[in-house]
Amino acid sequence: MSAKENRSLSFRLGVVALGMFGFAFALVPFYNQICAALGINQIERAAETVNTQVDTSRTITIELDSNAHNLPWRFKPVVSEIKVHPGELAVVEYEIVNARDAAVTGQAVPSYGPQHAGQYFQKIECFCFTQQTLAPGETRRMPVLFVVDPKLPKDVNTIAVSYTFFEVPGRGGKT
Amino acid sequence: MSAVVHDHDHPHGYGHDHAHDDHHGPRKGLMRWVTTTNHKDIGTLYLWFSFAMFSIGGLMAVGIRLELFSPGLQYMDPDFFNQLTTMHGLIMVFGAIMPVFVGFANWQIPMMIGAPDMAFARLNNWSFWLLPFAATLLVLSFFMPGGAPGVGWTLYAPLTVQMGIGMDLTIFAVHILGMSSILGSINIITTILNMRAPGMTLMKMPLFVWTWLITAYLLVAAMPVLAGAVTMTLTDRHFGTTFFNAAGGGDPVLYQHIFWFFGHPEVYIIALPGFGVISQVIPAFSRKPLFGYASMVYATSAIAIISFIVWAHHMYTVGMPVTGQLFFMYATMIIAVPTGVKVFNWVATMWKGSLTFETPMLFACGFLFMFTLGGFTGLVLAIVPIDIQMHDTYYVVAHFHYVMVAGALFAAFAGVYFWLPKWTGRMYNETLGKWHFWLTLIFFNMIFFVQHFLGMAGMPRRIPDYPLMFETWNKISSIGAFGMGLAQLLFLYVVVQTIRKGEPAPQRPWEGADSLEWTHLPTPVPYHTFETQPVVK
Repeated sequence: MSAKENRSLSFRLGVVALGMFGFAFALVPFYNQICAALGINQIERAAETVNTQVDTSRTITIELDSNAHNLPWRFKPVVSEIKVHPGELAVVEYEIVNARDAAVTGQAVPSYGPQHAGQYFQKIECFCFTQQTLAPGETRRMPVLFVVDPKLPKDVNTIAVSYTFFEVPGRGGKT
Repeated sequence: MSAVVHDHDHPHGYGHDHAHDDHHGPRKGLMRWVTTTNHKDIGTLYLWFSFAMFSIGGLMAVGIRLELFSPGLQYMDPDFFNQLTTMHGLIMVFGAIMPVFVGFANWQIPMMIGAPDMAFARLNNWSFWLLPFAATLLVLSFFMPGGAPGVGWTLYAPLTVQMGIGMDLTIFAVHILGMSSILGSINIITTILNMRAPGMTLMKMPLFVWTWLITAYLLVAAMPVLAGAVTMTLTDRHFGTTFFNAAGGGDPVLYQHIFWFFGHPEVYIIALPGFGVISQVIPAFSRKPLFGYASMVYATSAIAIISFIVWAHHMYTVGMPVTGQLFFMYATMIIAVPTGVKVFNWVATMWKGSLTFETPMLFACGFLFMFTLGGFTGLVLAIVPIDIQMHDTYYVVAHFHYVMVAGALFAAFAGVYFWLPKWTGRMYNETLGKWHFWLTLIFFNMIFFVQHFLGMAGMPRRIPDYPLMFETWNKISSIGAFGMGLAQLLFLYVVVQTIRKGEPAPQRPWEGADSLEWTHLPTPVPYHTFETQPVVK
């Protein structure tokens, strides 16, 4: 029980504590890698285009929604609802207006209802893949090009697609 | 069927070689408590601090139950209600339950292993005195613009990123609390590993010391992860990082993973020292050695290790793949095995023992029943399809209060009544102690048993209002809360009365208790003990 042994043990435990503090931060890339490897939550990645058979026996209603979280933007879909067949290529457009007299950068994040329908809503092109910078007063029309996977479960007839624009911090146009 | 007569391994030498121990006592006045490096003084500080926090957190709980007494909004706006639930959770977990067991650790570990004090006495003082500052920050957050954070004690992103300045105070408070816990744990591990009396091998240590050794390792491994999580929240708030902000490529679900990676071991950080106290109390009042000592040690270690791989059972509904859900479901259920080993060992210890039911034993039995019930509802919640129904309902609230209040808090009460005669040299009033137990037990079940029904009927937690159909159970629950609050005033009275003018305690108040502090030290324990280490055979 010498003071030296005590100091050396406490030093080693301190290193463990610091290591675990670092581990918390290491979880960030680890989480992203796991998600990428398992294909979970890949909202910013375009779906791979595959040739699919259009299933004309089913019609899916796509309801479009929009939110601008704390952003001085007017953001809305050009049409609020369209009907598509699974496997069919479809395009919808969103319109966005920057009402602030400064440039603002935002990023749209999609969400789906029902939640598990998200993996069948395959976006080939989407404004949500990149950050959007709008000049003061600028109006922009942006497309979403998508295919509904024919493997969509039979009990899903309506998919609500909702985009929320968040301001990207530190990219100009702070309130 | 005769009562088992327990034979002690230890020499009975009350006060031998201790005449010189009293040559310098504590300083007088307030500075004694500010500058003290004595493990007993620091233990006392921890215990009183946690009682103060328990009272503040309890008042908040009474506020919550007052609002929920009737449907509709009566006394507070929803924001303030959210702040109360958040602060009640944070204060009870970090301010009351964790420090109370550190208090026991400080008092008991050196005496139980035959060490003169903790390994780092001055660091010990600092570990304690960090706490009042953290508590002040937490309470001050109520008076900031926007009030205290109303995000729930789990501090989930993205709400935490949007809160007012009260959130920053809370983040710093969590940092300070974490620092205090880590320093305290390093101290405890060093004390246990390096300062045991000759002959006190690891497998001869009282189980309370074992559970604390394992808890301290959990703290060193888990608390820094929480510090990391709140640091990320802080930089997201002020320094333009986007760990949890989806717009910048972050993910709020990531926060939940990091938080619960800390949060689940934290559950056992709270529970294990309580298991330790119970493992001292039950053998003492059964007048039998603890059944299955070695299996208790292994079970405790197993619980600690498995606790690191079950975290996502708190977040079944975030949309993880079914394989993930199944993994966490089975891992969670596996924890029930070592926990079951412990429960069976406690019951087997009581089996054919010569039982008496003084207040510590009553609380230990209350613990055994109620904690096991909470464990069972935990198993129910571990099942994915059921949890998806029960998620964020009052069933979950009932479950974790059964393990935290009837588990950890009852164990703490058992410990206070058990060791108070040793610490103060005075006996508490047994009748009042029993009253305290029965009132607490009845009112506790009145509050939380009915919340199982509310949860199964679908009442969500953390909401200040509810539909009319939930009114009856909520009224019963609220009345129970007021009663349980008042019963704790009785506890305060019992403790103060014991310290002031309790009957002198006999040399061995509990003849079944046989760890070093009972067999080798006089009652009350002198200010300095074991300056010459005893030899354990």
